Amino acid sequence: MQRFILSKKNHIALIGAILIIVGFTSELGFKNETVAALSFTIASVLGVAPIAIQAYQALKVKVVSIDVLVTIAVVGAFFVKNLEESAIVTFLFLFGSFLEQRTLNKTRSAIKELTEMAPESALKQMENGEFEEVAVDEVDVGDILLVKTGAKIPVDGTVLTGEGHINEASITGESVPVGKKKDSGVYAGTILENGTLQIVADRIGEDTTFGRIIELVEEAQDSKSEAERFIDRFSKYYTPAVLVLAIIVWLFSRDIELAITILVLGCPGALVIGVPVSNVAGIGNGARHGVLLKGSEVIGDFSKVDTIIFDKTGTLTVGNPKVADREIYTDNSEEALSYLASVEKESDHPLAKAVSKHIGDIKLYPVEKTDVIKGGGIVAHVDGHRVAVGNVALMEQENVYLNEKVRADIARFEGMGNSLVLTSIDGELKALMGIRDQIRPGVKEDLQRLKKLGVKNLVLLSGDNQGTVDLVARELGLTEAHGHMLPEDKSAYIEDLKAKSHIVAFVGDGVNDSPSLALAQIGIAMGGGTDVAIETSDVVLMNSDFSRLPHALGLTKATANNMRQNIAIAVGVVLVLLASVFFSEWMNMSIGMLVHEASILVVILNGMRLLRYKLRY
Amino acid sequence: MQSATIQLETLTCPSCAQKIENATKALGGVEKESVKVLFNSSKVKFDFDAEKISIEDVEKAITALGYEVKKSQVKVK
Repeated sequence: MQRFILSKKNHIALIGAILIIVGFTSELGFKNETVAALSFTIASVLGVAPIAIQAYQALKVKVVSIDVLVTIAVVGAFFVKNLEESAIVTFLFLFGSFLEQRTLNKTRSAIKELTEMAPESALKQMENGEFEEVAVDEVDVGDILLVKTGAKIPVDGTVLTGEGHINEASITGESVPVGKKKDSGVYAGTILENGTLQIVADRIGEDTTFGRIIELVEEAQDSKSEAERFIDRFSKYYTPAVLVLAIIVWLFSRDIELAITILVLGCPGALVIGVPVSNVAGIGNGARHGVLLKGSEVIGDFSKVDTIIFDKTGTLTVGNPKVADREIYTDNSEEALSYLASVEKESDHPLAKAVSKHIGDIKLYPVEKTDVIKGGGIVAHVDGHRVAVGNVALMEQENVYLNEKVRADIARFEGMGNSLVLTSIDGELKALMGIRDQIRPGVKEDLQRLKKLGVKNLVLLSGDNQGTVDLVARELGLTEAHGHMLPEDKSAYIEDLKAKSHIVAFVGDGVNDSPSLALAQIGIAMGGGTDVAIETSDVVLMNSDFSRLPHALGLTKATANNMRQNIAIAVGVVLVLLASVFFSEWMNMSIGMLVHEASILVVILNGMRLLRYKLRY
Repeated sequence: MQSATIQLETLTCPSCAQKIENATKALGGVEKESVKVLFNSSKVKFDFDAEKISIEDVEKAITALGYEVKKSQVKVK
């Protein structure tokens, strides 16, 4: 019975509305008091039923909810024979919660779209070798699954057989199809656009990258900031306090009307719902635009940021360095390049890769006794010669003589923003290569946007030489740039800024910068959905798309503002209502309920604006 | 100890969340500290002792409050 009444809440509101109209027409139009009284009574009794049930259920678990206040108020009004008011108040309350539900669903829609992208079924290979459709929960690690064209990849896995193109937009935000063949990794929630694949399940359910993104966003939309926790504590005592206040007023004034009016006016609705609504809409907007914000605490911090630190490689630059300049100091360049290529082939350092690529096909020698010198380069034996490949420090360590011309070349190369790779054979310098990385297209404009949004310091910290770093800084208009920074230097730099009470955001790729990401108040990972990036950072820019950074900052500012507006609206409304009870003639229960419900809708609608937020410049 | 996630019908009032939280915490066998009601995603997450209480009992308690349980998931911790 209780459940039946609760499930018919919306119908009851409708019947209530009709009865109220009937009541007023017969009272004012036909002067028929009996029919009017009857209509209002039925409307009140029907309307209060679901509210009273909710109130009872709340009291059972020791919660004094809004329902309790409203129920007492309506019952009170009923007994002092104020039938119109009790009918109108119950109707407004029910109709209000109907509208709340509708609008709340809208604010949550962005995140719902994301979670609905989760795969639900899979074609699993059974013991008889046939593929059968099963729920995705029934897939275990190691199972072999069949994915057909147009289907969602159900789990994170590895391609066993077959080829195809996959749209990975749900993970990377980039909807360009990616080719997959045997041994390629595939991600849950991505869509096979053509081809047929058999994959083996590596990670399932919540452990998949997509599962973690969903969990992260879901937790984020419900995470609470300090302010919200305060409001929660506050409202726990606030509602009972309103009840006590009403009783005191009644005891002193013996005025039941006044007491029950206070009950209705004191309802804390807009205050409790205002902040979560802004939060969910803001995070939802981010999720739609490839920005994962981990909760309202992050929104609060990021909106106040004054210093953003960038780690160069792969953040401001494309991350694909190329040899741009070279000098050879020997007549036998073929041999020198052969030795160099042989050594570089051993390394997967980005500079080494650039050198290998630049030299291209050449005779390679076996390499022996390879010794990697940290922060220097590589020393190895090739074809009976001692070959050193690395920076200037390594050459000095190897006692390689650098003559006047070489020194001039080095200065010139550095001035053009190159990273240097020097090669010596048996202690004699043979080659100098200058390697440069391209600046990401659009980065300059994005940095300008960040400045317009109020970020004072844009700092570049990099392991590269100062010349390269300065060049990038000049080109991009950064406020500061420091080269030769080891990971621990970056951490120390951030500590120092924090001690000077700056609010620091660190933007990195999340692979070798985890300490800095964690240390800065806001860690921003440029990650194509890599696990480390998702785990350690506060904000994830999907698909390493730099242009999403200004949007992220603008969005957090808008969201933080929106929360403040909602709190102001809610507190303002309650104060005005309570004041007017005592100091004005026109205030009564119905108007109070109307204003109260209207204020709830206003904060929800205000929050909803965030879903459409876009950076204006 | 097992951890459970219960998906509820859409929650629309923050006091619903508080009711569900209190009701779940009051059940013997449910780890009090672990109870978390996610208002926006309309989920309840908690840890419980399977020897003292079953997931069905928790579902029943929540249904009795007037909230529909859509789906529940239990994982061994």
